Amino acid sequence: MFPELNNLLNTTPDRAEQGKLTLLCDAKTDGSFLVHHFLSFYLKADYKVCFVALIQSFSHYNIVGQKLGVSLTAARERGQLVFLEGLKSAVDIFFRPQEEPHPLQFLREANTRNLQPLYEFVREALKPTDEEEAAWRCPVLLVDDLSVLLSLGLGAVAVLDFIHYCRATVCWERKGNIVALVHDSGDAEDEENDILLNGLSHQSHLILRAEGLATGFCKDVHGQLKILWRGPSQPTAPRDRSLTYQYKIQDKSVSFFAKGMSPAVL
Amino acid sequence: MTPSEGVGRGMESVLEMLESLLALGGMVLLRDTVEWEGRSLLKALIKKSALYGEQVHVLGCEVSEEEFREGFDSNINSRLVYHDLFRDPLNWSKTGEALPGGPLEALRALCRRTDPGPVTVALDSLSWLLLHLPCTTLCQALHALSRQDPCPGLHPEYVMLPSMHYISCPSPGKQVRVLGLLHEELHGPGPVRALSSLAQAEVTLSGALGQASAHILYRRPRQHPTHQTQRFSILPDFSLDLQGGPLLEPQPQPDPHTPPVDPTNHLTFNLRLSKKEREAKDSLTLPFQFSSEKQQALLRPGPGQATSHIFYEPDAYDDLDQEDPDDDLDI
Repeated sequence: MFPELNNLLNTTPDRAEQGKLTLLCDAKTDGSFLVHHFLSFYLKADYKVCFVALIQSFSHYNIVGQKLGVSLTAARERGQLVFLEGLKSAVDIFFRPQEEPHPLQFLREANTRNLQPLYEFVREALKPTDEEEAAWRCPVLLVDDLSVLLSLGLGAVAVLDFIHYCRATVCWERKGNIVALVHDSGDAEDEENDILLNGLSHQSHLILRAEGLATGFCKDVHGQLKILWRGPSQPTAPRDRSLTYQYKIQDKSVSFFAKGMSPAVL
Repeated sequence: MTPSEGVGRGMESVLEMLESLLALGGMVLLRDTVEWEGRSLLKALIKKSALYGEQVHVLGCEVSEEEFREGFDSNINSRLVYHDLFRDPLNWSKTGEALPGGPLEALRALCRRTDPGPVTVALDSLSWLLLHLPCTTLCQALHALSRQDPCPGLHPEYVMLPSMHYISCPSPGKQVRVLGLLHEELHGPGPVRALSSLAQAEVTLSGALGQASAHILYRRPRQHPTHQTQRFSILPDFSLDLQGGPLLEPQPQPDPHTPPVDPTNHLTFNLRLSKKEREAKDSLTLPFQFSSEKQQALLRPGPGQATSHIFYEPDAYDDLDQEDPDDDLDI
């Protein structure tokens, strides 16, 4: 996890909020550093993590996690982490008997275009068992990422329904959190992706949006992060609702600074 | 004070925003965006309806019942009936707890209620319903829901919509107000305009500089549509705090006290001619204008005309021939 980002979001692993949906989106840049941040954050906060990783392999997340101070292998062995490796399972599904339910069942079936099997997998993974009751604080679901489900042929409404059910189970019933990454196609006029992004934005309590700089690539400033807090009207000043920072990704951390205040420029 | 009394007083005083929205009856459409959410305003309208003594039915698709009831006191919560489409809208859990028939049946069931008295139906949200139901079905159901007509047999709409399923008409004298929350960015212009045509009042939420504002369009029967823009904020107990005064304009207006700049001041050349200069200009002959005086002046060497000399130094190779080569020309 990145301590500077924790400061900006005003959280620590000890007092993380519960029952929240956090939406990560990236436009013209790679927002996966946010996924690594939240993965290591929740592992350090003693949450039970269900990670639906559709983009990269387990070893990739493990290597980055080790730089950030968590070991995914150890977390998986002690039962804190349930990892669905999308790249491997997607191949496995074709070599199994068809009767067994599989979380990525939609890849095989042409007519059922919903994510109910994936939802059942998440619900099973985060179901409280007796011996774990005391061990882990709350469940959290991490998805990297949802846009690839659209590329695999699902409709935006199917993905929204999946997140809806996950919200009902993880956020409301179990008082846990959900963190999901969606890519913003920007000018590419992808209507399904826009419906997915806007639909999730309306349901989110916190939106972190990583954007490339409008002026192009830069060695010292890798992008801009917009933070938007949503939710019912808060008694705090409306100014606190939205913040914008620029960031630079280094080997083991990410440094954030106000716009135009990069150390390279000052 | 009931809404109808408020309308009667409206000629003398400006109605408070919520009252004027609720006074119209029919459907009120709330259009919100990601940045300016509309659920708080929806809850403020629900609170106002409940304070009028009405019963409020909420078809909740997007938030849980606890989250929706949060912020309401027990008086209002007792008048609120929450139809839960959040927990299991598509019957995936198959426990039998879901509302039977899914979202469409739940919506039609609201039309068929038989409780007496004025009723407010809140749809949270219309966007969710629009993503899961065909637009035409939803519009027909909404139309049936917000209709206030006491005489079903003579209503011409039964003739106009022959494909409509049988939807029972509310009993005579029943007043139903429908509040619908719509997330603008999720839908194309067609469905949004279809829903907007069903609404008697349309509230579009926006804001600037951290201050929310509502642009309201009223469609009163047999009158021109009227617009109103109002800045507001919603307090934690879901009462409305109106901020009066003109809206802050984002573009600066030109200062009316500075005089317009005259571009003909401080020039380095003269744009105007005096009378003498004009006469001199008119009497000037142009150099290539060939008049008779000019012809004579060219043919006769003038008194002050200087003669010119040509000094010629012949080279060694020059052919000096005194003969004039033009002598044989016959002019």
